[in-house]
Amino acid sequence: MTEKILTTENVRLYYGDNEALHGINLDYDQYGITALIGPSGSGKSTYLRALNRMHDLQDNVTVNGNFMFKGRDIYAPDTDTVALRKEIGMVFQQPNPFPFSIYDNVAFGLRISGEKNKSVLDEKVETSLKQAAVWDEVKDDLHKSALSLSGGQQQRVSIARALATAPEILLLDEPTAALDPVSSHKVENTLMALRDQYTMIIVTHSMSQASRLSDRTAFFMSGDLIEVDSTKQMFLNPTEQKTQDYISGRFG
Amino acid sequence: MDEIRESLLKQSKASRKDQFGRAISFSALALIVIVVISIFYFVASKGLATFFSDGVNLWGFLTGSEWAPSQVGDNGKPLVGAAPMIIGSFLVTLLAALIATPFAIGTAVFMTEISPKRGAKILGPVTELLVGIPSVVYGFIGLSVIVPFMRAVFGGSGFGILSGAMVLFVMILPTVTSMTVDTLRAVPRHYRESALALGATRWQMIYKVILRGATPGILTASVFGMARAFGEALAVQMVIGNAALMPHNLTSPASTLTSVLTQGIGNTVMGSLENNALWSLALILLLMSLVFNLAIRAIAKKGAM
Ligand SMILES: Nc1ncnc2c1ncn2[C@@H]1O[C@H](COP(=O)(O)OP(=O)(O)OP(=O)(O)O)[C@@H](O)[C@H]1O
Ligand SMILES: [Mg+2]
Repeated sequence: MTEKILTTENVRLYYGDNEALHGINLDYDQYGITALIGPSGSGKSTYLRALNRMHDLQDNVTVNGNFMFKGRDIYAPDTDTVALRKEIGMVFQQPNPFPFSIYDNVAFGLRISGEKNKSVLDEKVETSLKQAAVWDEVKDDLHKSALSLSGGQQQRVSIARALATAPEILLLDEPTAALDPVSSHKVENTLMALRDQYTMIIVTHSMSQASRLSDRTAFFMSGDLIEVDSTKQMFLNPTEQKTQDYISGRFG
Repeated sequence: MDEIRESLLKQSKASRKDQFGRAISFSALALIVIVVISIFYFVASKGLATFFSDGVNLWGFLTGSEWAPSQVGDNGKPLVGAAPMIIGSFLVTLLAALIATPFAIGTAVFMTEISPKRGAKILGPVTELLVGIPSVVYGFIGLSVIVPFMRAVFGGSGFGILSGAMVLFVMILPTVTSMTVDTLRAVPRHYRESALALGATRWQMIYKVILRGATPGILTASVFGMARAFGEALAVQMVIGNAALMPHNLTSPASTLTSVLTQGIGNTVMGSLENNALWSLALILLLMSLVFNLAIRAIAKKGAM
């Protein structure tokens, strides 16, 4: 029995009076990739953003439920969200590097944590870019603006930026949705290579991506978690009819 | 057959209207262009006459420190050294922008990041109000508040560059602030989100990401303020002391290009050297505002996100 790194129980989330998540129960082993799939508007992003408290930025969002990260309550009043977000990193759908150099982007998380040592920074920037499989493409000019890179490169730099702070969990909200197939493929390879060191939760609309990448798949619909199982089981032999229908493209 | 052809060849009502509209807007545009060109031509021809017909040396004009166009110096040349006014203008402008920019950034950060709701409610009306106040009112307030204050603190008359800069600072603050607010608002939301998702505190997000991303816009706002300050005449004239002397410190009477112009232009005879020399000052003003404009464009182009 492995210790769960993250558990979420009875998650209910309200935008104003509107309940967007109706009691989600999901937990995660350390390491490996969990894919969240489901039709548009089913609450995948909403759920994902609850995990690192990104909803705090908005006024009218109420989050209920029990979120435990390594035995600590994520929503406890005394939780340091800044520290939490260093441990639970996030990569967004749109590649969104800051308008700085590649180096400054990747070093950002370290610098705000107070790291000033040049050689430590250099080394961490290099390892993170290598982990994100973009090092070879950018190593010759780390000081050019990250915005001058292609979308796929930008997304991998964004992943490197998230990896540089060495989070335990990486949340990815449709990280390849804005990318062409070649770039998506590279990002997928990146994630595959990281599965033994990170716990990753990835939202995706691509069934083939979910089946290629993930160890486990969770199917969301209209704010409910319909089913969660090993990816193989989900794709070959799902229990719920709705899952079957969605995966085979009958709705959604 | 012929009927169809005829109706096709005839202009429709809509296309006639279209042409009419185009003619109107084109003539409006042409008028503006003509006015601008004439102003340039007029100022330039008058301003250059100092050098071409009156034989004043350009370098001497720009660097000379004695301004008394009606008199001649020991060398028999008229005393038209514009350096005191040029320096005065630049000093009040730079000082005003130097004080206004940090203020504007602070206010803008409060209004966009810390308290956006209240910020939006207050900023709009206040800015409009402050921009709408005529400059003579600012000058008058400067005269009755700032000048006595300077006198009390630094001694002397209280008139001088510092007083001028203070008045200009208040005058340009609303413009610079509201432009800075606009730039901060334009910083994409995802920069904020990714900064926070990387474990930045709110303050780190503000000064490491938002302000850094907004630097070109803030610079533009600042230069815009400078352009306004450089061209302001009345308010400055009321508090600067109007002595066409090389400024030795910030609290002794001095003058700017604009203050000398507003004072002198009515008291000189068209075509005389005194008059032409003032036009030369006007030409410098015009060229400077061109420079400010180009600077704003260059910054905007370079910093386009
Ligand atoms: N900021 C918001 N304010 C109000 N309602 C919201 C907000 N964001 C999302 N919602 C609502 O919550 C529900 C879930 O949205 P969410 O973005 O989580 O869906 P999703 O599964 O990520 O969809 P997609 O696949 O299109 O990204 C939707 O009905 C949406 O309208
Ligand atoms: Mg989504």
